Amino acid sequence: MNGVHDMGGLQDMGPVRIEKNEPVFHERWEGRVYAMTRALRFWNKWNIDSSRWATELIPPVEYLRMSYYEKWHAGMVELLVNSKLVTREEIESGKPADGSAKATPPLTAGQVVPLFTQAQFAGRNRTGASPRFRAGQRVRARNMHPLGHNRLPRYARGRFGIIDRDHGAFSLPDTNATLLGENPQHVYSVRFTARELWGEQAPAQDAVYIDMWDTYLEPA
Amino acid sequence: MDATRRDFLVAGAAAAGAAATPNMGHAQEQEHGHAHQAVPDDMTLRVKSLESLLVEKGLVDRAALDTLVDTFEHKLGPRNGAKIVARAWVDPAYKKRLLADADAAIAELGFGGQQGEKMVVLENTPKVRNLVVCTLCSCYPWAVLGLPPVWYKSAPYRSRAVIDPRGVLRELGTELPAGVEVRVWDSTADLRYLVLPERPAGTEKLSEAQLAELVTRDAMIGVANVLPPREGGHA
Repeated sequence: MNGVHDMGGLQDMGPVRIEKNEPVFHERWEGRVYAMTRALRFWNKWNIDSSRWATELIPPVEYLRMSYYEKWHAGMVELLVNSKLVTREEIESGKPADGSAKATPPLTAGQVVPLFTQAQFAGRNRTGASPRFRAGQRVRARNMHPLGHNRLPRYARGRFGIIDRDHGAFSLPDTNATLLGENPQHVYSVRFTARELWGEQAPAQDAVYIDMWDTYLEPA
Repeated sequence: MDATRRDFLVAGAAAAGAAATPNMGHAQEQEHGHAHQAVPDDMTLRVKSLESLLVEKGLVDRAALDTLVDTFEHKLGPRNGAKIVARAWVDPAYKKRLLADADAAIAELGFGGQQGEKMVVLENTPKVRNLVVCTLCSCYPWAVLGLPPVWYKSAPYRSRAVIDPRGVLRELGTELPAGVEVRVWDSTADLRYLVLPERPAGTEKLSEAQLAELVTRDAMIGVANVLPPREGGHA
């Protein structure tokens, strides 16, 4: 979906301001939102791609107004309701519906540290897909505008680049976000020159590298 | 961008926000220069209410939430990444392994993944400068840098890093020579990027631990240089 989340190349968003000695969370509620979001994932009712998609579905004016963890909160509420873990009435009242059964949380305190600091990397690296492209090959990012979740930034669509390297296979967000399947595909770093993306005023030697799933590309 | 117009827009937005929600919990933030927007203080109440609902329904365990917050506030953070960088500076064989297979080399130091991510380390040299951004959301190497700062997740950085990286760096205090090649890495997939900054001159006598003290979060994202001790004031 061509949404406001796809920000690469906008020029009117103001200066970048680094806050000195920034705390991890500015308010207590931000940490609670973060922790609830991570803990709820253990119900396996959704995945990282559905979480991103839920955030992208926040109406554009709200998306731009909300702080980062407000967006996480809004996305989490939608996922909770859509997956039927809670009802909107329960969210409004803050109380479980009469007669609802009590579940057992899938994540306990003792599991947190090993799971969040010692897990394996590349856990989503899938087998079974074969690459259509190889390092050094010239490719073109497809000019695609799907209405669902998609991770091909608008500023790169239709542009020519060179495959820098193949990182192996990963779930395709386009289908995984709506639980239509992981459809593992190879993901490549693709090098686009700054001039190919932004025109003649860009420095000749500069480049942007973008991670691209196999189906986002066509031979060129 | 005309500064007058921006001031006008910011003033207008603040006025509109204040009118709509007189009870602003973050009114003081504008003075502190935080990049994030004003938030009605009812977020505290809404989140409290949601947490007690989820706990009562047995969907989350409150102690697990406490441990999660503690882990991200105290156990994961840029000090982990700094140790990786310092090791790569003092041990050429480690650096070689880190650039070839970052996941395995980072695991050697006891740091692990959490999102099924694959780590990639990008080496800065006198000729090549790397910069990491996620234009679509906020992808960031949590395992080695902790949670991203507000500016990294902000619209100004996400929008401009890809089209004007030199301008962003200049604004943040680093002027790059014209001949240097800038490589911006837009983190759109499950690859997580860590920049290996250049080791500053004059640090030959420092220990690995002292070197790690010099390495900042911003240097590992690619928006700052690592400064030698006399300039940085560390170590």
